[in-house]
Amino acid sequence: MLIETGHFALVLALALSFFQAIMPLAGALRNDERVMATAAPTALSVFALIALSFGVLASAYYQSDFSVVNVFENSHSQQPALYRITGTWGNHEGSMLLWVAILALFTALVAAFGRSLPLRLKTLVLAVQGWISSAFLLFILLTSNPFARLSPAPMEGRDLNPILQDIGLAIHPPLLYLGYVGFSVAFSFAIAALIDGRMEAAWARWVRPWTLLAWTFLTAGIAMGSYWAYYELGWGGWWFWDPVENASFMPWLSGTALLHSAIVMEKRDALKIWTLLLAIITFSLSLLGTFLVRSGILTSVHSFASDPTRGLFILAILVFFIGGALLLFALRATSLKTGGLFAPISREGALVLNNLFLASATATVLVGTLYPLVVEAIGGQKISVGAPFFNLTFGPLMIPLLVAVPFGPLLAWKRGDWSAVAMRLVWAFGFSILAVAVSLILVDPTAVFAALGIGLAAWLVAGALTDLATKSGVGRVALPVAARRLVGLPRSMFGTALGHSGLGLTVLGIVAVSAFADERIVTMKPGDSLDIAGYRVTFDTIIPERGPNFVADRAQFDLATVEGKSLGNISSAKRIYTARQMPTTEAGIRTFAFSQVYLSLGDLSEGGGAVVRVWHKPLVTLIWLGALVMMIGGFVSLSDRRLRVGAPQAPKSRLRRPATEAVG
Amino acid sequence: MRAAFVFLLLTLGLTFAWLPAHAVQPDEMLDDPALEERARDISAGLRCLVCQNQSIDDSDASIARDLRILVRERIEAGETDEQVVDYIVSRYGQFVLLKPVFSPTTLLLWATPLLVLLGGGAYLFLRRRGDSSRTVATPGAQKLSAEEEDRLSEALADDWFER
Repeated sequence: MLIETGHFALVLALALSFFQAIMPLAGALRNDERVMATAAPTALSVFALIALSFGVLASAYYQSDFSVVNVFENSHSQQPALYRITGTWGNHEGSMLLWVAILALFTALVAAFGRSLPLRLKTLVLAVQGWISSAFLLFILLTSNPFARLSPAPMEGRDLNPILQDIGLAIHPPLLYLGYVGFSVAFSFAIAALIDGRMEAAWARWVRPWTLLAWTFLTAGIAMGSYWAYYELGWGGWWFWDPVENASFMPWLSGTALLHSAIVMEKRDALKIWTLLLAIITFSLSLLGTFLVRSGILTSVHSFASDPTRGLFILAILVFFIGGALLLFALRATSLKTGGLFAPISREGALVLNNLFLASATATVLVGTLYPLVVEAIGGQKISVGAPFFNLTFGPLMIPLLVAVPFGPLLAWKRGDWSAVAMRLVWAFGFSILAVAVSLILVDPTAVFAALGIGLAAWLVAGALTDLATKSGVGRVALPVAARRLVGLPRSMFGTALGHSGLGLTVLGIVAVSAFADERIVTMKPGDSLDIAGYRVTFDTIIPERGPNFVADRAQFDLATVEGKSLGNISSAKRIYTARQMPTTEAGIRTFAFSQVYLSLGDLSEGGGAVVRVWHKPLVTLIWLGALVMMIGGFVSLSDRRLRVGAPQAPKSRLRRPATEAVG
Repeated sequence: MRAAFVFLLLTLGLTFAWLPAHAVQPDEMLDDPALEERARDISAGLRCLVCQNQSIDDSDASIARDLRILVRERIEAGETDEQVVDYIVSRYGQFVLLKPVFSPTTLLLWATPLLVLLGGGAYLFLRRRGDSSRTVATPGAQKLSAEEEDRLSEALADDWFER
């Protein structure tokens, strides 16, 4: 009965979504305020219904109700409680339901907190969100219904895929979807502006917090997925340029561009059409990602053709929204007025440069991801595009962009002074040279490129700090005054500095682990030891283990320095999940400062020996800590009073008032 | 398959068995570290044919192991990296290369980054020239004198420090 309630709520949500898609739009076009006013309550109801539906599915998972096909196929009664809940979205149907639930959440947030929005704009935004949720609810109910029943109900389920039985499943997909789907709000604002034919600088101010929110979650989601893959897969890789990863990376790249161009639009009323296009592109890339991972087209063009229902349905959604949005853009964009001239050397100029490189990077990843599919589809020839291609093309595009980052926030709007900014960055430059020298002298004199990479990371971090120091007047006013000014700086400035220095930390982690990681692959017997990067790993013993739904062999190792100082233990296990008879490896990881010793147990041989893989990964945790700092930067910016979602906005004065002008 | 599998499994709900990637086994490795390093580098660029976007260096599939051994045999026989790769491509086709060769088929793939960057740059440059000619054409518009420029940038700088 409960299951049917959830199913019914989903159907009702679809019906209300249709209403939300059509009625408010009609009201807006006829300028009928009473009809327009229905949009917000409808959106809130849709959210309540989808949340109810999602809650019902989650409770079916928690209670191991195997009369539901979806639960039977993806859960097991002996799984720990956490995985019996997270299993809800560890499968196609459930994760689609999470997708629409988050879409409805964002829509409801716009409805509830968008009080300062003009009614007409808000109505149109909610209507477009209604179109999106109608399409995806229809997709779920017609092709991927999570509430289908099974009779008679089996006694036991088939178990959740063991790889997914991890805390990562609890965190990664919700964060990723909050990012992916969050960009729908920017998209809907763009479509609303096109329908309305009007777009003021205030538009950017309303869109920016939503974009920033989505971007912050997407950053966290991608980083979390990367760390999960790193520790769960027993191999220590953290990024693979796989199409599925690229699918989440493309919206991040173009979302980053959008975040920056929206600043130009808000402050200077320039780059309007481009910002609008970016808002459309970013969510389109989210939709494309959904299509790529869900249609099965990645496994093979042929497997897509053999079972096309779901794939074709999403393709139709894709064509409708992307095609429709671009058509509308082509028809209406030219009617928007552009303004705000600026010199090439200016804050705007720097942000345009940022957009140019990010757009090129997005295009590179997009074409690289789709190229093999297209070539196979039209010519039948099979080619591969993998990590070596992306490293060779994406890398060089990023370097000039990263070099330019510290200049951006220091340049003045309209017309900046290049040499004055260069002077202010002298300290950062010196610090960066010092970092290069330290790497060359202390670490490895032959690793020139790695040293330059480390210098680049230092440049980013020092540049971000220079920005804060300059704006608080360090060196020009007395130190206490500067300290007071620093505290008084708008939070969005701290957000920028955190974002950019987080980027620097991530670059540092990537460079260090790519250039200086160490690896040993050997067969060891108990009592054997090996040395790696100053650590000594001694094989102690293998002990059998039993978990709630798996059996395991755990290999224990003593970890010490080569000089003999004990650092405790490190252990790695091979598990067999009994329901599926599927093996997994639990890697042993020990963190020392920012570096890690990573140990993974391979095949066991006769006579008590085992293949053991040990890595030393210098500064590897900075890759994700950097992302965490970026994320904190995002939230700090969001907490800025002038960016707060729904905060009443003072009329924008053309006069600059000290300390009230936000800087991205 | 490997890491991307976390993402894939999540989203596709794939259910077939997956083995932890353990790839290179100690018994395959060459004694000479320099040769072994060359073998690893070559392996990282060759695709495991039955896997999804995974190099033979990372794959547990038996064909990946066969290819790894083949690469090492060829290296030990004294072939250059290029000869080894050419030999593998002659047997398995272009599909085996994770970095596709530059050819008419892949022209667009390789050209995309530069096309977008230069195309975008050219567009900005041309539009900018259009803008500045418009600015010059504005009646009464004059270039600022050096002194005025200084005063202006000072004023702007002050304003900007305050923000």
